[in-house]
Amino acid sequence: MRPTKAHFVASGAGAVLLAFLPAAADFAQDNPATRPTFSSGYRFVEMAGEELFANVCQGCHMPDASGAAGAGAYPSLIANRNLATSSYAVHLVVNGRRGMPAFGDMMTDGQVAAVVNYLRTHFGNSYTDAVTAREVAEARR
Amino acid sequence: MQSEAAVIRRRDLFSLIGAMAGSAAMYHAMTSLGFASESNYKGPVRLEGDPKGASVLILGAGLAGMSAALELRKAGYKVQILEFNNRAGGRNWTLRGGDTFVELGGYKQTCEFDHGLYVNPGPWRIPYHHRALLDYCRRLGVALEPFIQLNHNAYLHASRAFGGEPQKIRAIKADFQGQVSELLAKVTQQGKLDEAVSKEDQEILLQALRSWGALDSDYRYNANLLSAEFRGYAREPGGGLSSAPLPSDPVTLSDLLRSRVWRYLQSFARYNFQTTMFQPVGGMDMIGKAFAKEVGDLIRYNAKVTQIQQNDRGVTVSYVDTTNPSTVLHAKADWCICTIPLSILSQIPIDVGSRMEAAIDAVSYAGAVKIGLQFKRRFWEEDEAIYGGITYTDLPIRQIAYPNEGFNRAGRGVLLGAYLFEGANAYEFTAMTPAERIASALEFGSMIHPQYKQEFENGVAVAWHRVPFTLGCSGEWTDEGRVKHYKNLCQIDGRIVLAGEHASDLPAWQEGAILSSLDAIARLHERVVKT
Repeated sequence: MRPTKAHFVASGAGAVLLAFLPAAADFAQDNPATRPTFSSGYRFVEMAGEELFANVCQGCHMPDASGAAGAGAYPSLIANRNLATSSYAVHLVVNGRRGMPAFGDMMTDGQVAAVVNYLRTHFGNSYTDAVTAREVAEARR
Repeated sequence: MQSEAAVIRRRDLFSLIGAMAGSAAMYHAMTSLGFASESNYKGPVRLEGDPKGASVLILGAGLAGMSAALELRKAGYKVQILEFNNRAGGRNWTLRGGDTFVELGGYKQTCEFDHGLYVNPGPWRIPYHHRALLDYCRRLGVALEPFIQLNHNAYLHASRAFGGEPQKIRAIKADFQGQVSELLAKVTQQGKLDEAVSKEDQEILLQALRSWGALDSDYRYNANLLSAEFRGYAREPGGGLSSAPLPSDPVTLSDLLRSRVWRYLQSFARYNFQTTMFQPVGGMDMIGKAFAKEVGDLIRYNAKVTQIQQNDRGVTVSYVDTTNPSTVLHAKADWCICTIPLSILSQIPIDVGSRMEAAIDAVSYAGAVKIGLQFKRRFWEEDEAIYGGITYTDLPIRQIAYPNEGFNRAGRGVLLGAYLFEGANAYEFTAMTPAERIASALEFGSMIHPQYKQEFENGVAVAWHRVPFTLGCSGEWTDEGRVKHYKNLCQIDGRIVLAGEHASDLPAWQEGAILSSLDAIARLHERVVKT
């Protein structure tokens, strides 16, 4: 996983980076265990719900899931009652709607299930009915 | 929805069709999918007839909104514009030293570039066939200079091929042509094309392959001064006693194929990226600024639209001033041209029919990230003779683009250190803090240019899903979505019509924004004059 606020050990090339980039002092990539995941193609390689959230969802919904607002807004996912119905969250991730992009082509059924399950059990959400990959497959148009 | 196992991206499909059936087939496929569509600009729009004092309220002071304002005022309309930002231009935007930018989440960046250096976080190049945009540049006095899309001396880079060494575009292009030519010459000489190609044409084909592929007299692509003339020399021709050039060694066909660097060659072949391309002198926002010089007096800045209402008498738009958001203000007009990105418009209550509403809700906005990096010196020019152009890589930064201005100058320079458009990496970079994005761009970029580590000074990173005025880069239509919703999106609904790149067949291009706007105002004007 990629911690949202990690303090990495710097060494080698990373140490050189740190010398001239103080703002990135917690971001060295030499240690494979803490190196952030990057996908190689169009689709995401992250598999775990937590990592998918950290590498995808938090871009808009923010690291603490509190959302953000400009001319339009990204909703907060904290204690979000729209997550009560798992099929709604699955549908949004797969097909997108309004400001939410469609991720159906970029994630497998298992990845969609993983990230929806992670959201529904974190950030003040505690829904115990886990979504299965099969349910995601059925939600695809 | 595409099946899991057989997902093939449109771009890959195009390369496949191109490889299998030739470029003409690829062009037809791309045209039918709405890609290679040419600008249909036929010269300045002519809005004839008297609008009889009709008023138009334009939402958004990007290129769509400002081109509409310019033309409608000229045609006799009373025009006003509401703009969310405190500047005109929208995505037509340039960051220079001293500029600050706060992205969603509150991450604030101050650009520390040296005087005269800049990065265009949004659009950065103009194809020669984007006639409408070029016409406005000419009419508004925006000076242009070449944007170098293909620099033979920039690199193609595959992290797991050639020992990670970046390869000169010149060499890969020559080797691909040479190796394919040698292969084709071989099967021609073996008589394997006898059914497809006449004897006479085979002779000409062999001549052509020799000429195009730099083959020797035996139709072989070898290390010699012939191929060196295409791919470059191991030792360049010189003067006096050290004058004799030495040939360089071509890459084998197998290494070439397996490296997959051939996939970047279409970045120089596709219609939208063919020479000549342009950029405005001094930054892309010179265009927005030139428009604002014409219509700036019509713009109310810091206006966040909160509701769009219409009835049979007119349009009322509610908005707040972002510096004093507690008071709801209203703007009224007979007609409304709304250029607000759909990612935002879909969140604003708007009185339109269910079909337009469904269209507004249906379009995803692409992820995109650009990172500008300032270095102490222009090492790409000084050390590597790379003057402008783009290096393509399979690293997550995808591209490194060199400045197309200020060539051969001493002192600092700014590179585009990453350009991600669509795909997983765009989201992964968006999910980082700006400082993390810059650190990653440096880490990956230094695998291509080791000088990064010595020469870096500062950078800015713009992730378009975190840009408050767009919530994404551009409308990302699916083929099915376009069939289902596009016409409904573009129809005039009562007194409201939408415009912008999202309402065009040139998505993400400034030309699309302008053509969409010109099309919308022509239809609107026809309706106004008739009633």
